[in-house]
Amino acid sequence: MGNSDRFFYDRFGLSDANLSQYLTVALSEGGEYADLYFEHTTSSSLLVDESLVKTATEGISMGCGIRVVAGEQTGYAYTDDLAPEKILKAAKIAARIASGPARVSTVGLSELDAKHDFYPVISPSTDRALSDKLDLVVRADVAARASDPRIKQVRATYGDQIRHVLIASSDGRIVTDFQPLVRLNVFTIAQEGTNLQSGSSGGGGRVELEFFTGERSPENFAKEAARQAIVQLDAREAPAGEMEVVLGPGWPGILLHEAIGHGLEADFNRKGISAFSGKMGQRVASDICTVVDDGTIPSRRGSLNVDDEGEPTQKTTLIENGILRAYLQDKLSSDILKTPRTGNGRRESYEHIPMPRMTNTYMLAGQDAPEDIIRSVKRGLYAANFGGGQVDITNGKFVFSASEAYLIEDGRITSPVKGATLIGDGPTVLTRVTAVGNDLKLDPGIGTCGKDGQGVPVGVGIPTIKVSSLTVGGTAPRGGQSFA
Amino acid sequence: MEQQLEQIASELVERAMRAGATAADVTVVESDEFSTALRLGEIEKLKEAASKALGLRIFLGVRSASSFSSDFSAVSLERLVERTLAMARVTSEDPSSGLPDASLLGKYEGDLGLYSDDVAALSTEERIDYARRAERAALDADPRIKNSEGAWFEASVGRRAYANSLGFAGSYRTSYCAGSVAPVAEDVGGMQRDYWYSVSRRRSDLEGPEEVGRKAAERALRKLGGRKMATCQVPIIFDPETSPSLVGHIFEAVRGDAIYRSASFLTGKLNQRVANDRVTVLDDGLRPGGFGTRPFDGEGIAASVTPVIEKGVLSNYLLNCYTARKLNMRTTGNASRGVSGPPSVGPKNFYLAPGPHSAEEIRKSVKSGFYVTELIGFGVNIVTGDYSRGAAGMWIENGEFAYPVEEVTIAGNLTDMLNNIEMVGSDLQFRSSISSPTLLISGLTVAGT
Repeated sequence: MGNSDRFFYDRFGLSDANLSQYLTVALSEGGEYADLYFEHTTSSSLLVDESLVKTATEGISMGCGIRVVAGEQTGYAYTDDLAPEKILKAAKIAARIASGPARVSTVGLSELDAKHDFYPVISPSTDRALSDKLDLVVRADVAARASDPRIKQVRATYGDQIRHVLIASSDGRIVTDFQPLVRLNVFTIAQEGTNLQSGSSGGGGRVELEFFTGERSPENFAKEAARQAIVQLDAREAPAGEMEVVLGPGWPGILLHEAIGHGLEADFNRKGISAFSGKMGQRVASDICTVVDDGTIPSRRGSLNVDDEGEPTQKTTLIENGILRAYLQDKLSSDILKTPRTGNGRRESYEHIPMPRMTNTYMLAGQDAPEDIIRSVKRGLYAANFGGGQVDITNGKFVFSASEAYLIEDGRITSPVKGATLIGDGPTVLTRVTAVGNDLKLDPGIGTCGKDGQGVPVGVGIPTIKVSSLTVGGTAPRGGQSFA
Repeated sequence: MEQQLEQIASELVERAMRAGATAADVTVVESDEFSTALRLGEIEKLKEAASKALGLRIFLGVRSASSFSSDFSAVSLERLVERTLAMARVTSEDPSSGLPDASLLGKYEGDLGLYSDDVAALSTEERIDYARRAERAALDADPRIKNSEGAWFEASVGRRAYANSLGFAGSYRTSYCAGSVAPVAEDVGGMQRDYWYSVSRRRSDLEGPEEVGRKAAERALRKLGGRKMATCQVPIIFDPETSPSLVGHIFEAVRGDAIYRSASFLTGKLNQRVANDRVTVLDDGLRPGGFGTRPFDGEGIAASVTPVIEKGVLSNYLLNCYTARKLNMRTTGNASRGVSGPPSVGPKNFYLAPGPHSAEEIRKSVKSGFYVTELIGFGVNIVTGDYSRGAAGMWIENGEFAYPVEEVTIAGNLTDMLNNIEMVGSDLQFRSSISSPTLLISGLTVAGT
């Protein structure tokens, strides 16, 4: 097979016979399915602050998580010690979710042929000299300070990890993967008199350090972080109330992640507690909207060869021309709902139980030129960049925070406005999308999604779109002085 | 058992010193974790595990580097020390780095109520039973409670040790348990979910499961029929579930690292008025059983009480050793330490002191206003103090709840908000390391239709 990773066999003397034994013990109380998730993660991080390399950190985290499923019930235990007796002890604890004699035996384990090789990293970041990584943060610091005398504070951080995983399940599969992840972030503060404003930028993916060249150079991320802080120096009060909103391409795709992505995760839907429950096949967006979740984009932060249950990732159409077509499935939900798996069973680490999660979620490009979309708005908001967002799955209400936004007046982008939260209703917001641009862009590769206390790397993307009405949470009333 | 961890920490410090470090410190943590999730009476998840990890920090003069591992074998620790030393050689000379002055080291010796045997003693059946009873009480509370996201019970016991090359070694253990439930209410207008929970360091202090279930049901039910409201400026009441987030923003703004980077709207405001005189904020490391209580901080500084805002005047920033040196001040014992990386600044028990008014009195004082029970999103900028978040709650008319409100935002600036706290409730409870009573604040904009 193509990218088989012998890591756990070579490093820890693991054998297929061990794996069978662990699974047999896991199923000894009558469970129907069991899997083992071996993880070994090496990570490093660097911080430049006040032009000093203040922090260098490196670490190793490893362990094995054992899951036993009996009906809709899951037993879970993990150990950070890979000695056979420790793993067997954890397997016995996980086994207790079931009660009865063993009913299932593990079928012959064999390694699945690797379908995918989306991040063929030849020179992993952890093997690189520290000086190569330091170079990135130091250059970012220098460039941010040089870009404008009003930039008074700069912080640049670098972080990487190399994760080896081996997943073995009682239905006979063994899957291994080697998952690199790298990111570079720059934070700036601009000052003019007593007016202080902040900016941030960055990028990354499942890549080598050479990723950070050209338009993804540390200098470019630094300039972008500086530009955002400088723009905010002139920001006025954001408007308050419902209005037309144009989202710029890229990061603003977080709208999709919050407004619909979480609501389409199968666990919420099989329990009937999502605002999208029971809406399969129904219209949830205007017919110019098609939204996909795609774990197969090469080198992207949200991509995986296999999910954390060993299922190959795929491109799943969630909404097709406005009609809801699919939920995001993990193994448990797909078994209960009798629907095919989609490769979205993910977990933060061996300490965590997998659940349905997004990978890279984006809207396909449409027909409209971005300039025409802006020109069509008499009075509204143009949101270019976003910070985080959040959603209440059950009533569908979601928010996301614009970190860079402008007024649109008579079809032109005019003054920058202060960061404001936008709030809307997931099942209806996309029905009010009246234009979709031809300029699809993915985010730069620094997003992390949190659910139930588990963080996983994800991506988002969107072309320029117009939403005919969305509530903007500023302080300046419409028609008031700052929004006349 | 925690003495064993203390020994591991001290030995690793010695190993680092022998290898050439000029100073070093080590944090070791160990925990036993249990959690269960039930839904509609059936067990969904049962999870149990023990874990351990250690973090090493090495100094070469005023250069430093950190590392962490869960592998405590001698071979692995040897390699850890070598690699950390190698990293320390390439970091910058930073005159503010280093361990605390030896004279500042110490630990609180009395009982801080951090550990109770009754948590570990609870059987798995009792733990499951708590969650089951809480969920049943929620489902039985009203016919409109038709579904549940689940009910949970968590229990954990933790041990932590810290040692440094100045000769400090200390350890302590903690316990923690929590029960919670998230019912879903439904009527023709749609579904609403809410939750309630009880949390404590001792099992005997948890609220009864039925009480937790009933309260969760009430909270979900009162959200049914939520509507948007017109954009306006009205007095806003933050209930004790949402007010701690505001107090958390004050914490973010007084952290030493935000101050020395000028990344806080409270930079340069020490000994100045930053709020009206109704506002007093304390950071108390000694509160028995508190979630921010500890005998010493992540650098071996004994716990203490730090006044932060006294009747509106900013009296202290919160500092660890590094930020104290940067600001030419003295550490307030706020070094917070995971195993990965150097100490950051964390809260002890950080809270806004209670005022004279009952929650009912505060509500009755409002003619038209918005009672906030939920905040979502991240629209707070600590650099500028600009504040804009999604909110839900109840509309107040003539001092009484009139109808639920959803899909609105509230916006303003933290500087103004601190000066516009009109009433402070008497209902302070310590349910996390950041706490606050009910607050009434004027001057905020509610954005709806």
